Amino acid sequence: MASVLRTESLVKRYGALLVTDAVSLDIAEGELHAIIGPNGAGKTTLINQLSGELASDSGRVWFDGADVSVLPIHQRARRGLLRSYQITSIFDDFSVLENASFAALGARRNAFKFWAPMLSDRQARHAAEGALEATGLRQHHATAAGDLGYGERRQLELAMSLAAGPKFLLLDEPMAGMSVQESTAVIALLQRLKRQYTILLVEHDMDAVFALADRITVLVYGKVLFTGTPDEIRNHPEVRAVYLGEEEAAA
Amino acid sequence: MTSLLSRPSSWVPMLVLALLATVPFVAQATGQQFYVAFFARIIIYAIAACALNIALGYGGLVSFGHSLFLGLGAYAVGLASFHEIGSGWVHLALCLAVCALVALVTGAISLRTSGIAFIMITLAFAQMGYFLFVSLKNYGGDDGMSIALTSRFGPVDLSSANHVYVTGFIVLVLSIWWLARLRVAPFGMVIRGAKQNARRVNAAGIPVVRYQLLAYVMSGMLCGVAGLLLANLNAFASPSTMAWSVSGELIVIVVIGGLGTVFGPLMGAIVFLGLEEILKGFTDHWMVIFGPLIVIVALLGKSGIIGLLQRFDARSKPVAATAEAAEPAAAAAVKGAA
Amino acid sequence: MNATILLAQLLNGLQYGVLLFLLAAGLTLVFGIMSFVNLAHGSLYMMGAYFAASAFQFTGSFGLAVLAAMGGSLLLGLVLEFVAVSRLYRRDHLDHVLATFGLTLFFNELVRIVWGSQPVFLQVPEFLGGAIDIGGFTYPAYRFAIIVVGLLVAIGSWLIINKTRIGMLIRAGAVNPAMVGALGVNIGLLNAMLFGVGAMLAGLAGAMAGPILSVQSGMGESVLITTLVVIVIGGIGSVTGALYASLIVGTVDTLGRAFLPFMLRQVTERSLADAAGPALASMLVYLLMAVVLAWRPQGLFPSKR
Repeated sequence: MASVLRTESLVKRYGALLVTDAVSLDIAEGELHAIIGPNGAGKTTLINQLSGELASDSGRVWFDGADVSVLPIHQRARRGLLRSYQITSIFDDFSVLENASFAALGARRNAFKFWAPMLSDRQARHAAEGALEATGLRQHHATAAGDLGYGERRQLELAMSLAAGPKFLLLDEPMAGMSVQESTAVIALLQRLKRQYTILLVEHDMDAVFALADRITVLVYGKVLFTGTPDEIRNHPEVRAVYLGEEEAAA
Repeated sequence: MTSLLSRPSSWVPMLVLALLATVPFVAQATGQQFYVAFFARIIIYAIAACALNIALGYGGLVSFGHSLFLGLGAYAVGLASFHEIGSGWVHLALCLAVCALVALVTGAISLRTSGIAFIMITLAFAQMGYFLFVSLKNYGGDDGMSIALTSRFGPVDLSSANHVYVTGFIVLVLSIWWLARLRVAPFGMVIRGAKQNARRVNAAGIPVVRYQLLAYVMSGMLCGVAGLLLANLNAFASPSTMAWSVSGELIVIVVIGGLGTVFGPLMGAIVFLGLEEILKGFTDHWMVIFGPLIVIVALLGKSGIIGLLQRFDARSKPVAATAEAAEPAAAAAVKGAA
Repeated sequence: MNATILLAQLLNGLQYGVLLFLLAAGLTLVFGIMSFVNLAHGSLYMMGAYFAASAFQFTGSFGLAVLAAMGGSLLLGLVLEFVAVSRLYRRDHLDHVLATFGLTLFFNELVRIVWGSQPVFLQVPEFLGGAIDIGGFTYPAYRFAIIVVGLLVAIGSWLIINKTRIGMLIRAGAVNPAMVGALGVNIGLLNAMLFGVGAMLAGLAGAMAGPILSVQSGMGESVLITTLVVIVIGGIGSVTGALYASLIVGTVDTLGRAFLPFMLRQVTERSLADAAGPALASMLVYLLMAVVLAWRPQGLFPSKR
């Protein structure tokens, strides 16, 4: 299986604090790889290094066969490496459709177009509507994003990543703050998306993680403790001790 | 188009434009030529406000230095005229080239900062321009320079107030029309997106700063055109055009009209300059009233006159949900623009 | 050009620098802690000069005039903070710009109404009228006094900011304003106090500058913009940065104006030098700012956010 995203000993320090400790990952095409770990394990910092928003102190990131370690976020995005944010980051003043179309815009050559409306771009519009359909936001297409409920905003966050036609999705806690109902819908969505896209998922929701992941990496204090299949993780004594604690792992 | 005209926030400004179109004829008929010059000045400031609206209203770039481009446009005419060049095309080319270059350089440096620093740097650059032209004794220095050879574009000679008026009016209408298109075009969406959430724009694969810089350059160039018209109207170019207070006035105009709206600059220019004229009629010290009024505008918010009219939009015919999703999406975007 | 002239200009640069510091110190804190763009700071400087001029006319005492300027500006600052500024802290920078711009226009017109359009005369006090002797070199006593006062304020503010509890709050506020409020400090009072003290220093600067510059409507603007340049170069929110930057800007500007035309005449022909010299000299500090920003956008001594 071709490797889509590979990292080689990523290191990040904030002063004396070692936040990312020689993290090496290898994610194959079509895989849904989850990263779990206690709070403060450095998950978001790792994602920021993968997306290109944070420069690593050392180590490399390979995407789709090319070394993207020095590329800034917008260039990685254009190559198909897209991320969604844990704290919803959308355009409140734009409508839902405009938000999604905007994201699709990024995949085009450039946005130096000054006359025809963005929404008249058939390709972008089509991609946007597809993404909205998948996330169940189609009927809200005309609503201003700022007027959406919290769960819907998270959905839009996800839809924006989809609309850009990604090769790889970096999802930072997509279900953060969602109700059980909303989470179930997202889990179902991710199940459908699984083979279509390669996904790296950071999540606290263990039900979701164990239901969706092909492989799981456990991150503790910035260091990879163990990478393996959900079963291997469930039964790994160290993982149970450090992360899952005394309670039985979710069945 | 019909739904556009049913909304007060659209038809009121369009009515204003239609009325403005009649000014030269009314002035001719009543023999009050003064009005042509007066409204020409309003039109020129409206154009400058349209320019600033691109950077400030759409892009959220608080430039306190746009008077620089107004002055550069004026001096493009002044300097060319001084050197015996009367061709309007040369004036225009010089104006656009200089404004583009200056905007590119100052914009590139300014965009390395944000927030308070950005505001101050743009202000400082305008001051640089001011001092530069004050010290150019050969070109009038502090007193400014009169312009003998106003711009000629074939049969159009901007030495006549009427010609300036008509030219300005056409430029204004074209600018407003373009601004309306730009607002929902990809480029416009990018810079409006950058105003709301620059990080998201980058994350979508669009290098934000490049677009902001281009917006700043376009803004500077259009403002320069307003300056060119102003110099022709006054047959005079002066460093006082680059004074920081002029930059401030332009910002006030954009905000009073409605920040980031299509017709805001037009309405703002009319209200601002109209109010100034009315207050001047009462007292020489009108600024002592005008100043606090500006403070009150700041306290009230930035949706301005267009925002006010948009409240009446909601009460007129509801926008029908059509198969063409662009219409309601655009309407939602317009409502959320304030 | 000889050593005497150079020394005199250096001292002039120092004097201009400390005046700039008096303005920059308050302004940078207001920018850094309250994130408030105060373009009306120049008006507070101007009002200080006018208060001093009037008080001097009334009392004949320069000392009282300076105190009146400081007291008047402090009061004015507190009133402005209470009435308008405090309502704007939560708003964005554009609203700050608009409001303080409006205030500037208002004050410029107000002084014209009250004191007229002609410059008001504020004379150098007699006891500082002469020149002082520094090892054979003479320098105007008044300007020297400004330097002394300015340096005292600089030392005083350094002591307060680095050695007192209030200073610690201020430094903390510059780095993380929200946190200071969350720690139970009466942030409203702290803000008002900071604004008032900044206004007071501006008034002091205005009073001291009065005798050597002319006291008239609009005198605040050019000095305000130079102050903004100082703050950008020094780093927003940093008083230390403001000190270094004001001395640098004051010196560069003064020396530039004094010597640049002359130096240009050495390298190019006279008419070009005479035209370009003053132009370049007046743009010098802005060029300096552009260079600093191209190299270090956060300023030379940022307060480290």
